[in-house]
Amino acid sequence: MSVKLARADRRAAWLFMAPMIVAMLVVAVWPLARTFYFSFTDAYLDDPTNFSLVGIDNFLEVLDDHTWWIAVRNTLVFTAISVAIETALGLAIALLINQAIPGRGLVRAAILVPWAIPVVVATKIWEWMLNDQFGVLNQMLIALGLVDHGIAWTASGTLIMGVVIFIDVWMTTPFMVLLILAGLQMIPGEIMEAAEVDGIPAWKRFWSITLPLLKPAIGVAVLFRVLDALRMFDLAYVLAASSEQVMTVSIYARNRLISFQELGIGSAASTWVFLLVAFIAILVIGVLRLDRAAGEAA
Amino acid sequence: MASVELKSVSKSYGGNTVIRGVDLAIRDGEFVVFVGPSGCGKSTLLRLIAGLIPVSDGEIAIGGEAVTDVPASKRGIAFVFQSYALYPHMTVARNIGFALETLGLRRDAIGAKVAEVAKLLKVDHLLARRPRELSGGQRQRVAIGRALVRKPEVFLFDEPLSNLDSDLRMEMRIEIAKLHDDIGTTMIYVTHDQAEAMTLADRIVVLNHGVIEQVGTPQELYHTPKSRFVAGFVGSPRMNFAPVTATGGAPDWSLAGPGGLALAVSVSGNRSSPATIGVRPEALSLVAPEAGRLSGMLERVEDLGHEHFAYVRVAPETVFVVRVPVRPTIARDTRVGLAFRDEDLFLFDEGGLRLDHAASHERAAAASIEERAA
Repeated sequence: MSVKLARADRRAAWLFMAPMIVAMLVVAVWPLARTFYFSFTDAYLDDPTNFSLVGIDNFLEVLDDHTWWIAVRNTLVFTAISVAIETALGLAIALLINQAIPGRGLVRAAILVPWAIPVVVATKIWEWMLNDQFGVLNQMLIALGLVDHGIAWTASGTLIMGVVIFIDVWMTTPFMVLLILAGLQMIPGEIMEAAEVDGIPAWKRFWSITLPLLKPAIGVAVLFRVLDALRMFDLAYVLAASSEQVMTVSIYARNRLISFQELGIGSAASTWVFLLVAFIAILVIGVLRLDRAAGEAA
Repeated sequence: MASVELKSVSKSYGGNTVIRGVDLAIRDGEFVVFVGPSGCGKSTLLRLIAGLIPVSDGEIAIGGEAVTDVPASKRGIAFVFQSYALYPHMTVARNIGFALETLGLRRDAIGAKVAEVAKLLKVDHLLARRPRELSGGQRQRVAIGRALVRKPEVFLFDEPLSNLDSDLRMEMRIEIAKLHDDIGTTMIYVTHDQAEAMTLADRIVVLNHGVIEQVGTPQELYHTPKSRFVAGFVGSPRMNFAPVTATGGAPDWSLAGPGGLALAVSVSGNRSSPATIGVRPEALSLVAPEAGRLSGMLERVEDLGHEHFAYVRVAPETVFVVRVPVRPTIARDTRVGLAFRDEDLFLFDEGGLRLDHAASHERAAAASIEERAA
């Protein structure tokens, strides 16, 4: 290719990318840079123009805060358990609706409903169903004679984390199903037929063929869900506001920033959240070999 | 080693019948090829034999045993797929040996069998590779190896060569023929390529719209096709056809057709009148316009080096292809005559069935002598 043509190509490429670059600068780079900058200051939200640089004091103060570590533990517990259940459940349901069962189309559409409902709405619905006095769930349990008085699902310390995980599983399993189903449908039917002719038993077909070929799809789904779960805010906040029992790192950062008006410390907490998510994302990509898995499936 | 028998086998999906009452007996050790245009049901028939799809009606027996309700894995068959269907995440060695793992064989026993098959198919230097690191031909060999290692009673091939380029296709065709000679296992092979069918088959099964049009040796199909469909399918380039009008009465007819065609034929055995004539490109020769049985304009000549195909328009909508051994010196858009011998003429009635005529017996007799000699 001539030098002139190559230069024209490059210019066109930059031209096409320019809107995206501008958008990224405005909505991602600028706020991130601002947050990062404020995390080194003692600014307050009521007057963000008046501040002085304090070095890494804010970062240390967050690490020194007992509540921060509770939030970290809550976030990790929530992420690990909810993503594990969603993956297992998603795989099972995807395998089921990948079979040519009657009414498959309807099932596929129906299964998406929980995912289509806004988080706040879904949480409010569940909160009502779980209400200790008026909730339909307790009514059923009492009617069945399993308990003699309503359980306060969202008030008890250990139960509420279970409830948060349960609602998250209910809402986001469809997402897992969808991604894993897409992966399942990428597996050529003739490979399964070949295994059938070869006399490979069903469990071995699943373990030695389906699962390895699904690994990239499951990996991507798990990565998406882990990132999503690590920065979870809305579900726990709607259900329990700032209760320490289910406080996530995002809620912690929001409290420091908004409730306590501490722009500097809030920004430092946000930066810690960012670093935590980035670190775990890299870990997940490394463990699941997602960078290589892409070529594996071809 | 086993025979395969189909008794009025049918398959329908909903109201759509794709295989209609197929009866077929394949002898032990025979190489049978299913051919037909796409959508004729040849792959479906193969899958029914394999047990990958259940029959709607009828019975299948392999080696004399009824297998209609037996799952694919217990039928003693091996299947080679068009897409090869290799396990993409396994090495070549594991692909070949995977079926043996479930048989409870020891690791070194599996290794020995895999090595033996790999050597036979000349893939022994590729055992550590993954399928995506192989060429199409190598993948096909591995797929055959995977089938071979299980020592099946019947080999089933579903268009195994159609994803290969033409050189490789020819090479693999010869290897499959050699494999059949060596191991002598019954093989059923599906293809849409009539050249593959002609060169590989002991017997060819021609399918059309889910029914068997004709079963016969390649020579039988070439020399005595039962119908216009078979005549048009076997041979390359395909047989030339032209509509004719018949006057007179059985058994003697006068035929008039395009390009000044005028023939007197004596049809035997059947009282229906000829509606179409057929002549193969290799039976035609280019002559002077008045010396031929019919004439037309020479439109173009395809030069393949060792042979040439002349396209002669004998009527506004009818072009005859003529195979000529040396490049004709005639200029384009010149009127030429086409000559053929009486015994090379095929006659078909309105329904497409072939009619015997006085001279066609000579051809059939010559063909059977030729076949016996072979």
